[in-house]
Amino acid sequence: MRIGVITFPGSLDDRDAARGIRIAGAEPVPLWHGDHDLQGVDALVLPGGFSYGDYLRCGAIAAHSPIMTEVIEAANSGMPVLGICNGFQMLTEAHLLPGGLIRNEAGAFVCRDQRLRVESTNTQWTSAFEEGEEIVIPLKNGEGGYIADTATIERLEGEGRVVFRYLGANPNGSINDIAGVANERGNVVGLMPHPEHAVEPGFGPDTAAAMRSGVDGLRFFQSVLQTVLA
Amino acid sequence: MPETSLQAPVIDTVERAAETPDREQPYGALGLKDDEYARIREILGRRPTSGELAMYSVMWSEHCSYKSSKVWLRQFGQKVSPAMKKNLMVGMGENAGVIDIGEGWAVTFKIESHNHPSYVEPFQGAATGVGGIVRDIISMGARPVGVMDALRFGAVDSPDTARVVHGVVSGISFYGNCLGLPNIGGETWFDPVYQSNPLVNALAVGVLRHEDLHLANARGVGNKVVLFGARTGGDGIGGASILASDTFSEGGPTKRPAVQVGDPFAEKVLIECCLELFRQGLVEGIQDLGAAGISCATAELASNGDGGMAIDLDQVLLRDPSLTAEEILMSESQERMMAIVRPEKLDGFLALTEKWDVETSVLGEVTDTGRLRITWHGQLIVDVDPRTVAVDSPVYERPISRPAWIDAVNADTAAALPRPEDGDELREQVLRLLGSPNLADKSWITDQYDRYVLGNTALSYPDDAGMIRVDEASGLGFAIATDANGRYCYLDPYQGAQLALAESYRNVAVTGATPAAVSDCLNFGSPENPEVMWQFSQAVTGLADGCLALEVPVTGGNVSLYNQTGDQPIHPTPVVAVLGVIDDVARRIPSGWQDEGHNLYLLGTTSLELDGSAWAGVVHDHLGGRPPAVDLEREKDLAALLAAAASESLLGSAHDLADGGLAQALAESALRFGVGARMWLGELCERDAIDAATALFSESTGRVLVSVPREDDVRFVGLCEGRGYPVLRIGVTDGSGPDAAIEVQDLFRIPLDELRVRWTATLPAHFA
Repeated sequence: MRIGVITFPGSLDDRDAARGIRIAGAEPVPLWHGDHDLQGVDALVLPGGFSYGDYLRCGAIAAHSPIMTEVIEAANSGMPVLGICNGFQMLTEAHLLPGGLIRNEAGAFVCRDQRLRVESTNTQWTSAFEEGEEIVIPLKNGEGGYIADTATIERLEGEGRVVFRYLGANPNGSINDIAGVANERGNVVGLMPHPEHAVEPGFGPDTAAAMRSGVDGLRFFQSVLQTVLA
Repeated sequence: MPETSLQAPVIDTVERAAETPDREQPYGALGLKDDEYARIREILGRRPTSGELAMYSVMWSEHCSYKSSKVWLRQFGQKVSPAMKKNLMVGMGENAGVIDIGEGWAVTFKIESHNHPSYVEPFQGAATGVGGIVRDIISMGARPVGVMDALRFGAVDSPDTARVVHGVVSGISFYGNCLGLPNIGGETWFDPVYQSNPLVNALAVGVLRHEDLHLANARGVGNKVVLFGARTGGDGIGGASILASDTFSEGGPTKRPAVQVGDPFAEKVLIECCLELFRQGLVEGIQDLGAAGISCATAELASNGDGGMAIDLDQVLLRDPSLTAEEILMSESQERMMAIVRPEKLDGFLALTEKWDVETSVLGEVTDTGRLRITWHGQLIVDVDPRTVAVDSPVYERPISRPAWIDAVNADTAAALPRPEDGDELREQVLRLLGSPNLADKSWITDQYDRYVLGNTALSYPDDAGMIRVDEASGLGFAIATDANGRYCYLDPYQGAQLALAESYRNVAVTGATPAAVSDCLNFGSPENPEVMWQFSQAVTGLADGCLALEVPVTGGNVSLYNQTGDQPIHPTPVVAVLGVIDDVARRIPSGWQDEGHNLYLLGTTSLELDGSAWAGVVHDHLGGRPPAVDLEREKDLAALLAAAASESLLGSAHDLADGGLAQALAESALRFGVGARMWLGELCERDAIDAATALFSESTGRVLVSVPREDDVRFVGLCEGRGYPVLRIGVTDGSGPDAAIEVQDLFRIPLDELRVRWTATLPAHFA
């Protein structure tokens, strides 16, 4: 199975996402924002970073990159697409996911080991989790406050499309503590925390068992492996 | 430029300069002294053109030329043993030093000051400090993999401190996060001596394969000189000469226009572009543009190469077309690089910069004339021997004078201060120290930095050192820490510098890494003050002697002088960064306790050394006496012992004892993972003939607190005894959870929840 990771100018966690994919047992395929070519991949990751320096709005310029034509087409025909942090911002800017992300309520960038509750396992990126399970994934962003109009929030909640919720103190002022959402089909998922930073013992978040041993992020990539191969 | 505009009505050409020898020139306003100006006239055999004057003024500034410090810095090159040269691939004098760490890998690192800009405009000053040091790393052919910073601010409760802290922290956060470099540690101190003169020392580390090493020089006649990256604008003009080399005076004109403005996105793209240029073999060398901009880059490239260069200044892409030639030469616009490119590779070079949307222009070429010649509107405006600009700058043997006050200060020992005797009083002072600004939790700052990006961070704040994996297959990595204690250096700059070195060295050793190299950032007051110059000479000598004793080479660094407002200099603050190597980061030692039932051992001995300590400062507002003794041979033994214990995986944790002594190490070790401990100090007090307060608060060196699983007890104690290093069991780790506490037998018990509240509340209370 081949999973594409798109590099935009200013992408930062692209190689980390590729590492997570490799550890999960799939083949990462580097893709370039300026190409109109997905190289026949089975799934896509839009990685974190500061594409185009976050100028205009986070993800706004990248959402109009040449490759996004193909990304939107693939997403609409059911290909699994995961947007992480800046990638999530791009997916909302490209209207593949509803809502938007605004500056953290406290104003400052925040980096922390974040507890999350898995609210939905009915997506192609979360099937390997248990519903209601608590996981820890690093969070690091300056503009991660999820917002949408009331009708959209009600719809997301009603349809079970809120995929992750922050536990403990809300880190960025997101409505209903929303950390990640999915589209109607469940193939497109976006979240602010970074699963690719919890894939390798020794380099992830702390756990009760040992320092930096958290690997909860691995199951994002294992989920998509299961669903695509099924 | 203010009052003394450089803009001549007609272009000040070389020819015109020769014809008008008597024309008055504003060299004083540009920071040049009378004799320096006379020397320039002597070198050229005529008066300089206004362009040449601009170049000499910035390149001969204290910041660029090290004219006051050079005579002392030579010691770093002289006090060297063969062992120190063994792994040194590039030493001082290049953009950054390079160390061979084995398996074909090399590491390059450097720490540099951006103090003055960070006071004038904290956000941009700190941001561009990060940007500048990262470009030094790239120019060596390395990929930057981590940053850290050593910060000094004024009193925590002064309103202006909040302005500077917010600006500096958000500037570092903005720039470093956007570049995608993990911030893996550093240090933050508050002291009124830094009130109008904060220190922002930024460190960057890069990694490269041996074969990818590049030095910046302009060799090969006919090779093209190419400027790429951001356009040149009016920001930072005269930054080097006027800002970095002058003392802030009360009520002086605002210096904001001389601070540069940073764009981290442009720099991120530039990093990827430079690495790809190196990878494809499209460049001979790349020089970053920092202080003194094009003046510095052209003069240094030519000096390090064949000696000649011809530049057409009209080819520089401008953000502001109204800039004069002199302003273009002096501009410190950020995110610019200069490359030397073979003519046959120019097309490939331009295609690659276009791929990354990086603007590029060819300025000229390398020549064999031995002259740096620059034209503007078709006329020759600079014609100099580049070595006279970049290398043979003035050297001053400034007068030094041992301050008269130092004997009285040294005599005023903290040993005479009342020390607590009963448990309640000790308990209260432990908590007071823990919550004091310099010892309190710094995560309000570090949580604004990305520590995860790149996926190789093995240790970061609050661990004693940062650690990064270099090779994903073998686990080879490096650890790095910075330290400086201005209070110690005020009492004794020679010993204070060695204490900073010893602590930084120990902070690397407690991770299980083997210390290998040093970079330093020497922050002092005005060199024109003989007492400051004495402090500087003592500190440099102490550091050079210390590095020789520990056999770790100084690979580079930076000097920042004129850190004073009016007559009041800062404490001498030589920030020392030590980098160590570890074969496999999986064997690193955690800085805190993770498991119940581990034995706690104190390595080293404790004596009554409270002079200059955090205890003396926090409890008694006292600064006097003589700083703790340093025994560098002992520090070496300790590092070797820790490396041996790490390689046999005998240690559950290791934590350095420094500021705040044992009390602080206990609290930090417990709070790292929320595990408590039961302690007994009786044997320690008896063995070392000290009281409980000294046991808890003394800052004696050569000490580390370790936790050892019971099954490894015998081997560990045997290892210490075999090496003759003092070791004493002083406690055992306890449970975690809501009842967890640190209990010191017969003295006091403090629940971890109470410790945590005191430790974490201070910074948010002042800044959040």
